[in-house]
Amino acid sequence: MIPLITASGLSVRHGDAEVLSQVDFTIAPGEIVTVVGPNGSGKSTLIRALIGLEPMASGTVTRREDLVIGYVPQKLHIDPSLPMTVRRFLSLPRRVDDASAEAALLRTGVPGLGGRQIARLSGGQFQRVLLARALLARPDILILDEPTQGLDQPGTAAFYKLIEEVRGETGSAVLMVSHDLHVVMSASDRVICLNGHVCCAGTPRVVSEAPEYRALFGLGTGGAFALYRHVHDHDHEADEGHGHDPSAPHCAHPHSHEHDHA
Amino acid sequence: MLDDFLMRAGLAGIGLTFATGPLGSFVVWRRMAYFGDATAHAAILGVALSFGFGLSIYVGTLAVALAMAVTVAILSGRGHALDTLLGVLAHAALAFGLVAASFISGLRVDLSAYLFGDILAVSRADVGIIWAGSALVALLLAWRWQGLLTATVNEELAQASGLNPRAEQLVLTLALALTVAVAIKIVGALLISALLILPAAAARQLARGPEVMAFGATAVGSLSVLAGLAASLRWDAPAGPSIVAAAAVLFAVSLLARRRS
Repeated sequence: MIPLITASGLSVRHGDAEVLSQVDFTIAPGEIVTVVGPNGSGKSTLIRALIGLEPMASGTVTRREDLVIGYVPQKLHIDPSLPMTVRRFLSLPRRVDDASAEAALLRTGVPGLGGRQIARLSGGQFQRVLLARALLARPDILILDEPTQGLDQPGTAAFYKLIEEVRGETGSAVLMVSHDLHVVMSASDRVICLNGHVCCAGTPRVVSEAPEYRALFGLGTGGAFALYRHVHDHDHEADEGHGHDPSAPHCAHPHSHEHDHA
Repeated sequence: MLDDFLMRAGLAGIGLTFATGPLGSFVVWRRMAYFGDATAHAAILGVALSFGFGLSIYVGTLAVALAMAVTVAILSGRGHALDTLLGVLAHAALAFGLVAASFISGLRVDLSAYLFGDILAVSRADVGIIWAGSALVALLLAWRWQGLLTATVNEELAQASGLNPRAEQLVLTLALALTVAVAIKIVGALLISALLILPAAAARQLARGPEVMAFGATAVGSLSVLAGLAASLRWDAPAGPSIVAAAAVLFAVSLLARRRS
């Protein structure tokens, strides 16, 4: 299958500072990939470079021809001088009919909001409207940059559940940035841990046990893993024996299982 | 009926609002007010050059306004602070324009007409040019409307959707230069921004969507032209400033109307 987006040897500089260094990346159709990393680790820069919003210092980014991207940005400030209803916003840049607009709002859990001014929405409603707009383009890939900033814990969990459902229905790939570690990781096919460079990558379980990952997030042995298992103990049998991921040579072999039943 | 100077003035003013309504809305949404000022101030240099080289005022101001807009676009991409840059360029162009104008005999008397406009002196040909220029601006904006609006909401969102925000910015820059060139005879270089911003700001108070605001701004602008001309006739006030003053009153009324609704 042709990958949707491929990057190789990608480096980005902001002035003298190298924000991203020699990053290799690929995402296949239908895949859910999450990028995690501390603040300032270049997560958003990576996403922006993959979309083409960030000039590259070196390396290449290849997007599949005619790739349709549904982008949900980290922050979106609409100037209060611009009057804009939700319904009108959904028709940017391509006009959609009322039925499709309402169906998209219904799907993202905010039906009937069409007539409201964007500026009057709560943070959670606005995120869902942004997602609805992205879905209306029938994207091959949804790209979300910390989509749950400002949402509370239940709101965050509900939002990620929604993304998983949408992926299941539309088959679109999902690439997201987050630091809601434990919630996000469970939903992902693959996790990339970033700190200027790719520290480690692989399945959520492999990454959560990698020493690089733990060092980066300052977790004691088992901390994140316990949390992760706690939330998602339903599928841990399937993960047993899931060994060293050959695609992530820098990641440690999951050598300890003592926290599985925390 | 075009023989009547008042009729010509009204037609010229109303024609202009078809450009200033939607364009002024974008100027407000994108916080380009100072950019509009800078382009308009530069137009005085265009007036002086037009007289110096015997060109049409419209050609001279359009050329300088375009050069100004392109210069700003290029320099602002290189990390200069935009407001400083605009301040430097706008006042430099205005100062050089005034100095250049002083060397051209016969122009000194007329210069205030280009600083403050002289809508009562527009000819039939002026009315034609104003309507043609305004129609061009309105069509340009209508043609690019969806892309312009998306890029105004968020440039990254636009780019991720396959649009080119820089191209949209260029469309607005072009429209602004064209509008300044046709508006300079009506309200003059110092008040063009007012005609862009005041009606749009008044329309904002009552609009729920961008299109309504753009049309509303044209309506408020036309009303300002008519009210300003009437006031000018009645109290023998200068017409250009009267039109802007009328727009300011309508803006104040819109604030009150919103508070009550």
